[in-house]
Amino acid sequence: MPDNMQTIYLWIVLAPLLGSIIAGLFGKKVGRAGAHWAAIIGVAVSCVLSMIVFKYMVIDGAEPFNGAVYTWLVSDGVRFEVGFLIDKLSAMMMVVVTFVSLMVHIYTVGYMHDDPGYQRFFSYIALFTFSMLMLVMSNNFMQLFFGWEAVGLISYLLIGFWFKKETAIYANLKAFLVNRVGDFGFLLGIAAVLMYFGTLDYATVFANTDSVVGKTIQVIPGSEWSVMTLICISLFIGAMGKSAQVPLHVWLPDSMEGPTPISALIHAATMVTAGIYMVARMSPLFELSETALSFVIVIGAITAFFMGLLGLVQNDIKRVVAYSTLSQLGYMTVALGASAYAAGIFHLMTHAFFKALLFLGAGSVIIAMHHEQDMRKMGGLRKYMPITWITSLIGSLALIGTPGFAGFYSKDSIIEAVGHSSIPGSGFAYAAVLSGVFITALYSFRMYFMVFHGKERMDEHTRSQLHETPWVVKGPLIMLAIPSVIIGFIYVGDMAFGNFFGDAIKVLPQHDVLGQLAKDYHGPFTMMLHSLLTLPFWFAAAGVAFAWFLYIKRPDIPGMIQDKLKFVHRVLDNKYYADRFNEIVFAGGSRLLGKLLWQNGDVRVIDGVIINGSAKTIGRISGVVRRIQTGYLYNYAFAMIFGLLFLLGVFVFA
Amino acid sequence: MIALSDFLILGAILFCLSVAGIFLNRKNVIILLMAIELMLLAVNMNFVAFSHYLGDTAGQVFVFFILTVAAAEAAIGLAILVVLFRSKRTINVDDLDTLKG
Repeated sequence: MPDNMQTIYLWIVLAPLLGSIIAGLFGKKVGRAGAHWAAIIGVAVSCVLSMIVFKYMVIDGAEPFNGAVYTWLVSDGVRFEVGFLIDKLSAMMMVVVTFVSLMVHIYTVGYMHDDPGYQRFFSYIALFTFSMLMLVMSNNFMQLFFGWEAVGLISYLLIGFWFKKETAIYANLKAFLVNRVGDFGFLLGIAAVLMYFGTLDYATVFANTDSVVGKTIQVIPGSEWSVMTLICISLFIGAMGKSAQVPLHVWLPDSMEGPTPISALIHAATMVTAGIYMVARMSPLFELSETALSFVIVIGAITAFFMGLLGLVQNDIKRVVAYSTLSQLGYMTVALGASAYAAGIFHLMTHAFFKALLFLGAGSVIIAMHHEQDMRKMGGLRKYMPITWITSLIGSLALIGTPGFAGFYSKDSIIEAVGHSSIPGSGFAYAAVLSGVFITALYSFRMYFMVFHGKERMDEHTRSQLHETPWVVKGPLIMLAIPSVIIGFIYVGDMAFGNFFGDAIKVLPQHDVLGQLAKDYHGPFTMMLHSLLTLPFWFAAAGVAFAWFLYIKRPDIPGMIQDKLKFVHRVLDNKYYADRFNEIVFAGGSRLLGKLLWQNGDVRVIDGVIINGSAKTIGRISGVVRRIQTGYLYNYAFAMIFGLLFLLGVFVFA
Repeated sequence: MIALSDFLILGAILFCLSVAGIFLNRKNVIILLMAIELMLLAVNMNFVAFSHYLGDTAGQVFVFFILTVAAAEAAIGLAILVVLFRSKRTINVDDLDTLKG
């Protein structure tokens, strides 16, 4: 069996890559249908094989596989390898990634139907699946970094997919730059791992943590920092970039300039969760640094609460979902900080399904509205698009954590876990995630009511052409709606409170909040019933009721609130001025620095002193020396004879 | 009897004359050539004097060679001079400064 499995692992990765190559390099030859079949078959093969691996790992309970398939190079005793680590954690991630990816591939056939860059798009998303799988399945930091950068690159390419659109170009550059900031920290973290452990292999690093625990390093002369804290915080800065945590969140809302399928696949379901996955994978390291966990939980809490607030004032349907994604990523990060890694990954999984569903639902609405994204011009779409309506409702209910839906189990475990955590900052985080529930419900149902209920605010022409989208669009919605409902119910016991992940996630006994919760866990039904008595449920219900009141019953009130709280609205509308701040301080600052260096360093020192200066000096010297060169024969003869006399004099007298 | 030193002094005087000729002459390239010839003759004088003094005829053989080469060189020098005059229309030393940097 093991030999056999290794081939399967290899094909899981290679199938999407082949699809991408066919669609990308031979796109003209195979045509549009050829390109989408190549990509879809590639990803479908990968998805089916991933499910086989999932069955093999999780249901049959096989031993984790950890091995190299190819040695790239050996440098000074450090091996750079391409290798796979397949355990329950990566098996689950592989299924989520390939399944959502497959759904998005199918959906794309409908969404990008008339786009001239059809083949290019399929090539990119299949390549994305390949990169994401490389990231998830890697058994060493080098390959992790490869996957990390590759998904970042494809995210860049896809945000700027419509490369003639000014805003899209701006957004993809922004995403790339902000991610570079995070990657800088990530790279430093990997470098620190290599420096202190001497290897990039996960298993070896995790086995040798004891040797590094007590060590300190002077980052700034005079202050000793724990090496473990430094490594963890550096790695987490990478995760902050990729998973869009405050203050590196600014790129994610702008990334909505890209086509909707990639917003669903990359910027909601999979790529942005790479940071969460990475931290969970590094749990043996993070567990050893309380400072880092505290940092993680505070950043996550800030993101979860404040990004949710921004969702309340957005009018672009995709941006609401984008801010909701930011907020949910904050929840996952909070879970990581509270050492409830399993709950974080569980939420990652459920979120992947229902957020992809919401995004694709939004995309379906956008198709029907002829690429109009402003919610103020929608309303009452329920009767025109029944399937989109019902699936979006399911997605929203799952998102706000309605008992029974997938989001409920994962989000409630996170909130409970944070409540039991004793990490510094967990009190703040608990307050943030709890009030976040109300906000989540409010903005989700604000969007839901504005789009599907209420007055029909679109113009006559659009209304007359409104109809349900084709099956390639509806199919994935339904396929994603199913796990959005049931997956939480099925896996909550195993994943959040059981020992689903085994050795893949390591939690120290004093941090084991999920273990504490597990004692009070008596099956999903009891959890559901019990939740009716707890705050999160009532907060969510209040949020929905509030949204109904504001946007259905009295649609005039939001405008009034906006007028009354002008200052608050302005701050939210400007996204806390984070973009402005970055533009002035970082962009402006670096532009100023660049100008200083250009004028003083380049023009004055390099050009003025070194280049022109040396030429000028030589010119000046030669101006003097030139006078000796008179051109008259007798002067040369004079020099010759006196030189000769001089040399003879030296020879004779010295 | 004329002593060896007298010959050598004559040679030295001839040599100095020729050097002075090269240095002081600012007018004519022909005088330069003549000064060079004179320099060779001064050397020949030394050769002959030493040859006689040491009783070795090899020195006088060298003088023949030098005279032959000097004749050839004078011929070439004059030929160059003619070509120079044709192209520059002058043999004034002060005008010949194309080597100037």
